[in-house]
Amino acid sequence: MKPKVAFYWCASCGGCEEAVVDLDEKILDVANAVDIVFWPVALDFKEHDVEAMPDGSILASFINGAIRNSDQLKMAKLLRAKSQVVVAFGVCAQLGGIPGLANLSDAKGIFAEVFKDGVAPVRLHQNNGHSLSLPEFFDTVVELGRVIDVDYYLPGCPPTPKIIGAALGALLGSDLPPKGTVLAPDQALCEECPRKDTRPEKLLLKEFKRVHQVVADQQTCLLAQGLACLGPGTRAGCEAMCPRGNMPCTGCFGPTSRVRDFGAKALSALASVIDSDDEVEIARVLDALPDPAGLFYRYSLPSSLLGRRRME
Amino acid sequence: MPESFEPKIVAFFCNWCTYLAADLAGTSRIKYAPNTRVVRVMCSGRVDPQFVLDAFAKGADGVLIGGCHPGDCHYQEGNYKALRRFVLLKRLVKQMGIEEERLRLEWISAAEGERVKTVVNDMVEKVRALGPRVPARRKEVA
Amino acid sequence: MSKANGDIRIGVYVCHCGTNISAVVDVKSLAAYGATLPNVVVSREYKYLCSDPGQDLIRQDIAERKLNRVVVASCSPHLHEQTFRNALATGGLNPFFLQMVNIREQDSWVTEDKQAATRKARDLVRAAARRVAWNESLERDRIPIHPAVMVVGGGIAGIHAALTLANSGKHVYLVEREPTIGGHMAQFDKTFPTLDCAACILTPKMSAVKSHKNITLWTYSEVTQVDGYVGNFKVKVRRWPRYIKEDLCSGCLECLKACVYKEAKFPDDFNVGLAKRKPIYISFPQAVPQVPVIDPETCIQFKSGKCKKTCIDACGERHAISLQMEEKTEEVEVGNIILATGSQPFDARRIPYYGYGVYPNVYTALEVERLVNASGPTGGEVVLRDGRTPKSVAIVHCVGSRDEGTNRWCSRVCCMYSLKLAHLIKEHTGADIFNFYIDIRTPGKGFEEFYQKLLNERVHFVRGRVAEVTDWALDPSEENKLVIRVEDTLAGIVRRIPVDMVVLSTGLEPQADAEQVRRLFNITCASGGFFLERHPKLAPVSTFTDGIFLAGCCQGPKDIPDTVAQAGAAAAEALALIDAGFVETEPNAAYVMEEVCSGCKTCVAMCPFSAIEFLQEERKARINQAKCKGCGTCVAACPSGSIYQHLFEDQQIFEEIEGILTNA
Repeated sequence: MKPKVAFYWCASCGGCEEAVVDLDEKILDVANAVDIVFWPVALDFKEHDVEAMPDGSILASFINGAIRNSDQLKMAKLLRAKSQVVVAFGVCAQLGGIPGLANLSDAKGIFAEVFKDGVAPVRLHQNNGHSLSLPEFFDTVVELGRVIDVDYYLPGCPPTPKIIGAALGALLGSDLPPKGTVLAPDQALCEECPRKDTRPEKLLLKEFKRVHQVVADQQTCLLAQGLACLGPGTRAGCEAMCPRGNMPCTGCFGPTSRVRDFGAKALSALASVIDSDDEVEIARVLDALPDPAGLFYRYSLPSSLLGRRRME
Repeated sequence: MPESFEPKIVAFFCNWCTYLAADLAGTSRIKYAPNTRVVRVMCSGRVDPQFVLDAFAKGADGVLIGGCHPGDCHYQEGNYKALRRFVLLKRLVKQMGIEEERLRLEWISAAEGERVKTVVNDMVEKVRALGPRVPARRKEVA
Repeated sequence: MSKANGDIRIGVYVCHCGTNISAVVDVKSLAAYGATLPNVVVSREYKYLCSDPGQDLIRQDIAERKLNRVVVASCSPHLHEQTFRNALATGGLNPFFLQMVNIREQDSWVTEDKQAATRKARDLVRAAARRVAWNESLERDRIPIHPAVMVVGGGIAGIHAALTLANSGKHVYLVEREPTIGGHMAQFDKTFPTLDCAACILTPKMSAVKSHKNITLWTYSEVTQVDGYVGNFKVKVRRWPRYIKEDLCSGCLECLKACVYKEAKFPDDFNVGLAKRKPIYISFPQAVPQVPVIDPETCIQFKSGKCKKTCIDACGERHAISLQMEEKTEEVEVGNIILATGSQPFDARRIPYYGYGVYPNVYTALEVERLVNASGPTGGEVVLRDGRTPKSVAIVHCVGSRDEGTNRWCSRVCCMYSLKLAHLIKEHTGADIFNFYIDIRTPGKGFEEFYQKLLNERVHFVRGRVAEVTDWALDPSEENKLVIRVEDTLAGIVRRIPVDMVVLSTGLEPQADAEQVRRLFNITCASGGFFLERHPKLAPVSTFTDGIFLAGCCQGPKDIPDTVAQAGAAAAEALALIDAGFVETEPNAAYVMEEVCSGCKTCVAMCPFSAIEFLQEERKARINQAKCKGCGTCVAACPSGSIYQHLFEDQQIFEEIEGILTNA
């Protein structure tokens, strides 16, 4: 009997599903080694099929996306009950991800913004004796680990094929790391970055630049060029894909295990190297970063210490 | 908001200036609002933004950071690093809905016992007017 | 890395501190509360924990209850952290398993509401109990102490400190920015209350300095840079060129006589502008070193290149004069530094209604010191600027002291020197003397008796702060006189007292460059601008920077006996360090977890002490534990959380924060 695995998506973009497909030929090895019993994007199993399974009969469920409505919450709990191991797949599941930025607002604010003068969704719709309901839309997005017990985390937006392959291999083998491990190196990205030798030993910045304001040099450390590269505060594992693409790291692999709040540490690292001791000048330099919450908490707002903007 | 709201202010005081100033206020028997809880650090530069956010997250109504005046840092420049981080942190917490008056950076030298009183009393009153940091009714998913 | 290792057993100790704490904080309930906290096995309160029996209590519990952590809720750690750490150490527990809670200076002494004070104490004790679980066993490092000492400032304070140290066999660098040592004391005539001649008691000490084999005397020099730390200071001293070689000059002063300027024309600082000097000059005849100085701002040769250089001719075969001399920078290593940079007199022009600089017959006390001095500009004659001898003199106390408008402090020496000047002026002129005072402050030995003597000499004392000195005559008796307008508070009337001469008893204030000097040495100033001592009672000559001590008026106004006492104390403190041979560091250095450092180099730019090195081969940062001062700035900046700090770990601080805010 082949081990059973399941994939599910909560509040996400679908990129993590594509990441599985991105394994290319290796997907066939995976398909040979396991029985995929649930994968809404690709296979036709239904919710009631999962409900019918015995508890713990799924070896591993790979759940991506954050939890932001009652349906996702229900499915997360269901899969947890049915699985031996739950892997938070991708940074949305690990830390809340980009959907997490909704925590700068709340349900009312989001609906008002999205639907404006249009027709707002109605939760319950009845017609001709049939009824249709929409899940409850929560005010607050949370990461998967907030609602169920998570065994392992695969960081990334999405996780890279290499990371996924390694995780699958570890799970199918006997070499399981301790529960709660993030399946990527516990060092910052600079370790892997091909540009790291070009960062001066004493880097202090007089200006920050945004990516549309400068054509970045292909070889030099992006932070040294004034771009807000979060590599120094981001976990390694992706082999610095974005810097290799001449773009600064945006932090999708989250923090190392030694950091409690990704955004706070990244903020500290960038602010500390501003080359000024004058409050007015410091403020002017920082005006080049107009959205600190978006920059520093792009993927990690729900998991941050504050978790969300204050509710009115 | 309840009548008896007493703000809780977590204060990070640097050992050489602000902490000594607070001690001086003590030896001078200067009375001030009892709402601060001081965490002693060697330098305001030690104050990691994570500490500030943790304090707010765990229920602090206000956070006060006290360091040496510019140019006077016992470790030369630690207070400048604190200033740089503070300017950015202020903007971040504003986006998180934390009002201006709840996070404060003050330069207080070892001789300024009286200033500890003025700053603390002022901050306590401003934060009292704002109410508790986490309102009584919090909406979060279970 | 710190972890809450193993079985934590905490002892909580709440001090009453007599009634200092217990009168406000409910110490009994606090101790009871302490017992309820996690991992606390014993919680007590005691009257004086810092006493021997108090410390025994802790030691006993360590042994009997097998404590491995101790929380002491009492006074400020600045006072007794060392005391309690020693108690732990002698009790067999690593001293860094102590956590102190400040419930006195920052609670009972500053809070009126007892319940609020007790609540505050509870929160802080709870926080400390959580934090201390994460404290680790630490060892202090030893830093060796270089035996040489630098004394900055060559007044009586610096001279006494230098001689004390030199006599004990240590090498001293005495740096003085004037061309001679002696400071203000050299300008005085007689000193109170014994009326010793200042020069007679000072000059032997000055020449002892000159001839001492253990003292390197650098006058006309100033410190420009200080690096390093206690035991290992590297100091750069800039030596201005005198244009006369010290080792060749015999002090004959023929060059002064021979100068093309037959008359002295330039203001003489030593005589406070009352006399003039030539471009080549010596401050006073007994100057040490007895070597003149050429002032390039006024010497014709320097200004136009066209002087006959008669000075060089007069020097003859000694060839001591060298107009090509250049400034030189010396760099020395010393283990300790004593600052004895003195004070400056208050500038009487800041109180315009006393008429200094407006009416020619208004003088400052220092000017009068030079007038009464036999070797002063008038040969000891007290004469006004127009040559007349005054028949009536007003001495105005508290000029620039005890004054909301200028300096609030009492300058301590002015009452006594005002009495002294009253006596000396009367002796020299037989004039009618009026002292206008707020209080007569005569605290020292023989001081009150001196005041009584003055009363017997029929000096008039009027209790009232002088409102104005004016030359506006209201009746013939006031013509050509200066009129003192004052409220005589004992008589209850406003008086106008016409006098020939007004002497302003100016107070003492910090030197004009005190702020720059203190930054150079990395110490702090107190309010008022004098250098800050570590503790006003228990450490009056130390500063918060280890290895830097204070002596004399730079720390606050004081007279010569107190200055000398303080200089001896500073020398003793330095000697204690030197003879111990080492000083122990506070083990709060930051350290990099190299296995997880990613080599991002963010930290390298953070350290002003260059303690962080980037290892090129390994691509890691490394912190030099000896150079690290423990500020923790790099710890906060490290974006991957790979730098830790002993004694102030992130984990410890988070526990403290959460202990404050969450009920146990």
